Amino acid sequence: MKYNFDWSVVLTGEYHQWLVDGFWLTLKISAISIILAMALGTLVAVLRMTKVKACVWFSLAFTEFFRNTPLLVQIYFWYFGSFVLLPEAVNKWLYKQDFEFASGVIALTVYTAAFIAEEIRAGIFAIPKNQLEASRATGLSFIQAYRYVILPQAFRIIIPPLISQFLNLIKNSSLVMTIGVMDLTYMARQIESHTFRGFEAFTAATAIYLCISLVVSLTINVYNKHFLRQIKY
Amino acid sequence: MRWDVVWNNFDYFLWGSLTFNSQTLSFEGQLGGLALAVVLAALGILGAFWLGLAAGLMRLSRRFWVKAIAVIYIEIVRGTPLLMLIFWFYFLAPIILGTAVPEFQSTLIAFIIFTGAYVGEIVRAGVAALPKGQMEAARGTGLSHFQAMRLVVLPQALRNMIPSFVNQFVSLTKDTSLASIIGVNELTNTATQVNNRTMNAPFEIFITIAVLYFLVCWVLTAISRRLEKHLARYQARGR
Repeated sequence: MKYNFDWSVVLTGEYHQWLVDGFWLTLKISAISIILAMALGTLVAVLRMTKVKACVWFSLAFTEFFRNTPLLVQIYFWYFGSFVLLPEAVNKWLYKQDFEFASGVIALTVYTAAFIAEEIRAGIFAIPKNQLEASRATGLSFIQAYRYVILPQAFRIIIPPLISQFLNLIKNSSLVMTIGVMDLTYMARQIESHTFRGFEAFTAATAIYLCISLVVSLTINVYNKHFLRQIKY
Repeated sequence: MRWDVVWNNFDYFLWGSLTFNSQTLSFEGQLGGLALAVVLAALGILGAFWLGLAAGLMRLSRRFWVKAIAVIYIEIVRGTPLLMLIFWFYFLAPIILGTAVPEFQSTLIAFIIFTGAYVGEIVRAGVAALPKGQMEAARGTGLSHFQAMRLVVLPQALRNMIPSFVNQFVSLTKDTSLASIIGVNELTNTATQVNNRTMNAPFEIFITIAVLYFLVCWVLTAISRRLEKHLARYQARGR
């Protein structure tokens, strides 16, 4: 193996700045997608709990379809295929914006929301049924009962699996490089093709991803140790 | 809507450019499309099973070094995006080995190493979920630790893990789409090829591809759910 390591490529200068930019973009796209996915996932999970057939079917179809198709295909679909669904004027407006970023966010959001919805549903199931009955009996409406009684308890139970879904999202966000969003993986790949310093670039990017994962899994462990024990039914 | 584009290329989506020559009675062309995705996933899970079994059992070992190796492997792989691993093997194999590894082999290695870590966690959880009495009783009858593991604990634990393995297979099938990024001609790659060639039916093409993946994965998920219900009856439980 004849290979001279040159770590200065990724530790200083222009290419270092590329990696830092990529890191921030990964965090940005992940944060936005996490917030949107939480909202959409909660909505889909609660729709499943209603007695309206159409809502239940929609929710079921949503989770099954988006969980069982690859994220990459979904990204391609939103990026290449979605403009057929939209009016011409909207398309023109969209192409002036950061369309790559937007379709990346939509794909990550929808894909993760399907998984989050299943986690939330599991959390809702873990809450004894009489909680809902009791809160309905006190005069709360269905939505109020979920908003004030069921969901706050359910979320507390499912925080660890939710966080690991967030972690999956951060790792999955590496796929948006395929449509040209300049995230961490994209930048590592770019440095590789500019300098042939693939080893250093990929090691640096991998190390950054690992740090994010370690921080997140430590958070889960601390939460499990200190908070989860207190919840009892 | 231009569904004719999808219709004209449907065989390419399913098995690539593979054709059966009735004169020479042999296959010609390259296997690709959905068939290649399934082959990649099947070979991947097969390799990952053995790697994961080793990693899971090493993780349960009482020897510090053995355990440390397994923990480091599992944690590093689970903390890295699969795409990163694929790039590692694709771009760095030439540097380390001196020769280029073909795309198919290099993604397969990445898939095996990636999925092996997750299978390792499944194995660990499966063995840990079995009541301790099983191991103790097996040791009590005079079996060695290795024999007890192989003849008593693993047969039961592995059976309980089958649904998890199927789930892992499903997510590996979805992950095979990443092989298209470095140019393995599986389903997603055939779709982008046809899309680049025709340019006028991206919506139809990617919906079709998504549905094809969905059918495979959904059938497997359904099987895994049935297995889960079926196998729950035979589980040895602790008190």
